[in-house]
Amino acid sequence: MTGASTGMTYMTKASLAALAVLAAGPAGAQGIDETVNQVFANSTGWFVSLIFSNFPGTTFPWIVGWLVVAASVFTVYFGLIQIRAFGHALALVRGDYSDPNDAGEVSHFQALTTALSGTVGLGNIAGVAVAIGIGGPGATFWMILAGLLGMASKFTECTLGVKYRNEYADGTVSGGPMYYMTKGFAERGLPGGKFLAVLFAVFCILGSFGGGNMFQANQAHAQIANVTGAFPGWITGLVMAIVVFLVIVGGLKSIASVTEKIVPFMAAVYVGTAVIIIGMNFDMIGTAFSQILTGAFTNDGVVGGAIGALIQGFRRAAFSNEAGIGSAAIAHSAVRTKEPITEGFVSLLEPFIDTVVICTMTALVIIITGQLIQDPTTGLFLLNEAGDGIQTVTGNSGVTLTSDAFSSAFGWFRYILVLAVVLFAFSTMISWSYYGLKAWTFLFGEGQTKELIFKIIFCLFVIIGASANLGPVIDFSDAMIFAMAIPNIIALYLLMPIVKAEMNRYLSRLKTGEIRKFE
Amino acid sequence: MSRKIVVGFDGSDASRRALDFAITRAQAQGDNILIAHVLEWSPYSFLTAAEVEERHRRRKEELQRAETAILTPVVRHVEDAGIPCATTLRYGHIAETLCRIAKDEGAAMIFIGRMGNSGFASRIFGSVAATLAQVSPVPVVIVP
Repeated sequence: MTGASTGMTYMTKASLAALAVLAAGPAGAQGIDETVNQVFANSTGWFVSLIFSNFPGTTFPWIVGWLVVAASVFTVYFGLIQIRAFGHALALVRGDYSDPNDAGEVSHFQALTTALSGTVGLGNIAGVAVAIGIGGPGATFWMILAGLLGMASKFTECTLGVKYRNEYADGTVSGGPMYYMTKGFAERGLPGGKFLAVLFAVFCILGSFGGGNMFQANQAHAQIANVTGAFPGWITGLVMAIVVFLVIVGGLKSIASVTEKIVPFMAAVYVGTAVIIIGMNFDMIGTAFSQILTGAFTNDGVVGGAIGALIQGFRRAAFSNEAGIGSAAIAHSAVRTKEPITEGFVSLLEPFIDTVVICTMTALVIIITGQLIQDPTTGLFLLNEAGDGIQTVTGNSGVTLTSDAFSSAFGWFRYILVLAVVLFAFSTMISWSYYGLKAWTFLFGEGQTKELIFKIIFCLFVIIGASANLGPVIDFSDAMIFAMAIPNIIALYLLMPIVKAEMNRYLSRLKTGEIRKFE
Repeated sequence: MSRKIVVGFDGSDASRRALDFAITRAQAQGDNILIAHVLEWSPYSFLTAAEVEERHRRRKEELQRAETAILTPVVRHVEDAGIPCATTLRYGHIAETLCRIAKDEGAAMIFIGRMGNSGFASRIFGSVAATLAQVSPVPVVIVP
């Protein structure tokens, strides 16, 4: 419980700071920014460094290794379930196995898209550009590999999320890692479930304020300001906070459902445009793939060589698809289904869509449009002056590099990209407000007032995130999202035999035809 | 032999006219009536996490409301006219679901009312009557 109480102290500090920022207005924000930064840097810096620290002698963060090793273990333990069940997962999403009498309940398709809207975001657009900019085209290979492995982690956590959720008399459900930690551990007679669950819930709440909220608001504002010219961040923050407030407190479904309709559309436009650009440069496809493959195993002038490519690729995949973090388990466990394992099968499509499809499209467009400068004689990539990345045509990196790559084919795409980033940020916030709320009610109990308090704090953090340049605060809350993976993956290792038993039972019934398609 | 007539009923004036017309036909020919109420639902729409969580409870509420507010009152109305009557309550695409009901129940005809939305709106959103006329497996009576 010490973890919980210290966590709460930080949160109180941050929310007091939020109120102070609001009261003082933009003029006084600078001084307060610095104070808050200082307080956070001093008191939480050790935690951030701990989470993102590298394996000795490398630039490979141990937390990324923790996620990738877990994904590999699950891949082996479940016998390449991501390949074996891929077709069945598609059939489930199509509704082939849905009983028509259950129409009106949440479908597998809806569960999948809801969970996806929490993960598809800035990482797919900006993060990939950073990875390619440092690790070169070879990073794409490792990113795809890590995405494919991550499918097994999602499968494990989402199956458990559904199996051990709480169902209440009024028909609502609450689920997620905190519930499989407590109930699953008790069932297997394992100690420490309660402790892990509280740890996870605290990390999840703080992560929902940070990476799932402040970081999103901050980046959305940066993108808007990039097009319109600089203006105070609190304006963006206030507008976004009001909209978020209307959705999560006011229950204004129309805004949410509009976003939820536009986000998949934007994702389709993004991937569609990428495919067109790749098609326009079809003569470069062979070159691009050979760059990706050779870059994955050889030192072709990228920072850190082939190992650098691997680190960047793995990092990107882990940060983008959230496999092993535990957030998807919360999203999927709300779905009513007779077979928990079917949600597991459906969820394994998420890292595939997020990383293997969308992230790869970003990478291919950057590579194919020739944004990275190569030495014409040796074919090696040239490093920029600082030596921390590959030289690009425009000298940009991150989201602007993606924007340059897409705009080189279609000039107007930079505006679509801004809209996409803002909408992705918004839908990610809505999703994380739900994850945070579930962790909150796990710690403090369900109840309207308790839930309202969380939601209001959440909205305040939207304003702080957009208006302030709170580096250490954002670092801390980003670290929290990855900290969720520590208790979650420990629990997954301990509970994976349960998933295996479920899986074998289901697959044998599928084979004998006991589970069959509905006409 | 008495046949079964499916009446698409949503409580609107148009659907009441369809039901009344179906009653006069059933009286004349000794048919019985199946009142079908379809709640519009697509498994491919997009929901937020909070909506996903509430869905099961809402579905129960929606079914209960439809049963008490829409179906129960008209059953008496039909039975008073001396026609054997049953009801069915489903989720789905309205025209497709009515077709499935007709097929599953071995119905002879489908009766529906017409909203009478002219031109623009129905061109964009489609019209149940028009779709049904195109795809129904049994004869369809569209009551103006």
